[in-house]
Amino acid sequence: MQYLIAFLVGGTICALAQLVLDHTKLALPHVLVGLTVLGAILSGFGIYEPFVKFAGAGALIPVCGFGNAIATGMLQEVKRLGWEGLFTGAFEITGLGVTAAVVFGSVIALVSKPKD
Amino acid sequence: MDPQQKAKQEAYQKLVKEHSPKPNAWKHVMWAFLIGGAICVLGQLMLDIFTKLERTETEAAAATLAAMIFLGAVATGLGFYDDLAEIGGAGTAVPITGFANTVVAAAMEFRREGIILGMGSKMFVIAGPVLVFGILSGFIVTLIRALLTGLF
Amino acid sequence: MAEKRIGQQTIILSNPPRIISHHCTVGPMEGRGPLAKYFDDILDDDLLGQTTPEKAELAILEQTINKTLNKKSLFVQDIQFYIAGDLLNQIISANFSARSIDTSFLGIYSACSTFTQGVGLGAILIDGGYADKVLSATSSHYQTAERQFRYPIELNVKRKPTNQHTVTGAGAVVLASDGDGPKITSVTFGKVIDLGIKDVNDMGSAMAPAAIDTLTQHLKDTGRTVGDYDLILTGDLSRQGKKMFTILAKDAGLSLGEKHQDAGVMIYSPQQPVGAGGSGCACSAVVTIGYVFKEMVQGKYSRVLIIATGALTNALTFQQGESIPGIAHAIVIEV
Repeated sequence: MQYLIAFLVGGTICALAQLVLDHTKLALPHVLVGLTVLGAILSGFGIYEPFVKFAGAGALIPVCGFGNAIATGMLQEVKRLGWEGLFTGAFEITGLGVTAAVVFGSVIALVSKPKD
Repeated sequence: MDPQQKAKQEAYQKLVKEHSPKPNAWKHVMWAFLIGGAICVLGQLMLDIFTKLERTETEAAAATLAAMIFLGAVATGLGFYDDLAEIGGAGTAVPITGFANTVVAAAMEFRREGIILGMGSKMFVIAGPVLVFGILSGFIVTLIRALLTGLF
Repeated sequence: MAEKRIGQQTIILSNPPRIISHHCTVGPMEGRGPLAKYFDDILDDDLLGQTTPEKAELAILEQTINKTLNKKSLFVQDIQFYIAGDLLNQIISANFSARSIDTSFLGIYSACSTFTQGVGLGAILIDGGYADKVLSATSSHYQTAERQFRYPIELNVKRKPTNQHTVTGAGAVVLASDGDGPKITSVTFGKVIDLGIKDVNDMGSAMAPAAIDTLTQHLKDTGRTVGDYDLILTGDLSRQGKKMFTILAKDAGLSLGEKHQDAGVMIYSPQQPVGAGGSGCACSAVVTIGYVFKEMVQGKYSRVLIIATGALTNALTFQQGESIPGIAHAIVIEV
């Protein structure tokens, strides 16, 4: 059941993004930034956490989940450290992912080459 | 610019707009839905596996994101993630695998200009805005929340 | 008025220079297209074993020039000018190719209209008595164009239906004051026309007004009609640009019908994943050299008008919200 919800929610977010891409002058980077910021804002309002509980990967995997991860990390660190947490928290949860992207990206870049 | 030239420009631009091919919007949206949904299902599978393996929900989420990034990176390296994007559009770009693709694609492309000046400096050329604005918005939002709930 | 001109923009070549040698090379994608049998060389590897696509584009250009010279035993010492251009910053492929060509070099740029600009300039240099032989060449490459103007190759960006695919290839010709080969009888160099199109995903629409302007001016200057030509070939308007061109032609009172073909539409089949069609300096060059010249030899065409079209933009200005002016240079080639 969770799988079905993840499918429907994730699919809907992507479908909405596609609609925006097709019918407005906005390009992909605009849409991705917009979704990320939306995720961060909803996280600040405390809405994203219940959304994740409901939709699971459907909420985590789209890039708004990334925005949520940044804000959640910041909040966690603020609770732990006070105001410094605002600065230490961004990569608390996303650090794993960003490091992964850099490491895998570098290895793959060194090993393969783009094709047509 | 003289008014005659301006009028000419406006007339032509209107003409171009009239004759622009209308993208088959419903088909695009459907494929974005299907492929985006499928990638999230894959993510759910990862999440279930990591929830059993990790101590907290947060760690399981972090591991899931990392695993999906790995998959996106490999798919990009093997050269088929962009082919998938031709069909899936936003369905491939919006999931975190799309983020991985932007980093890996840029790394692969600019590696030719050297690993420091090329790959190193241009790796985040497309994913950069996501990080910048994610951090900026997270900062503002968390700051406001912390002030309002007296966390400082 | 200067005695070799007629009308506003057209030059009549009273001693028409001859195209005494020519050669075209294309990449694998073009080799899978409908004109495959007309191209002189089809590469298996669009990188030609090189480490970067820029090196590959240069290698393709150099190879094409060498074959053009060798097949008619022509030597650079007999050639007074080498004229070339390409799409890359500072026309670097052309500049680098000139390293090994020991004669005066004139680098030119008019985006995808470079082919006809180069042949046109070479023709007037010869007709004016400034040269006996001129070598003119141009190249483009899908990967180098993507890197400079658009995105990393493996990026997950969905192509828009009006996007075009840059042709990987090169074309070269040698023009001479006498000899065997098709002759160039007139040249109409185009004006830059900007009707405010800003969408880099639809360059065809940006270029169509320039193509129409050059065509109508050419016909007016020469007093000819569409019927005086067996073929009017535009460079790389592709499907969307061709559509706009046809509409503008109708508005100008011209009925083109089958006489008008576009190299960008012809070079790929509708099944190939190339958006609206081909583009790039090589597009008009390889279709003219490959298809048109061979069909002229076969007797299908005796007088053709080649109007290559260029979109004058660069990688930064469109980000700054600037428009994309177009230009189109025309040459008349007869058997």
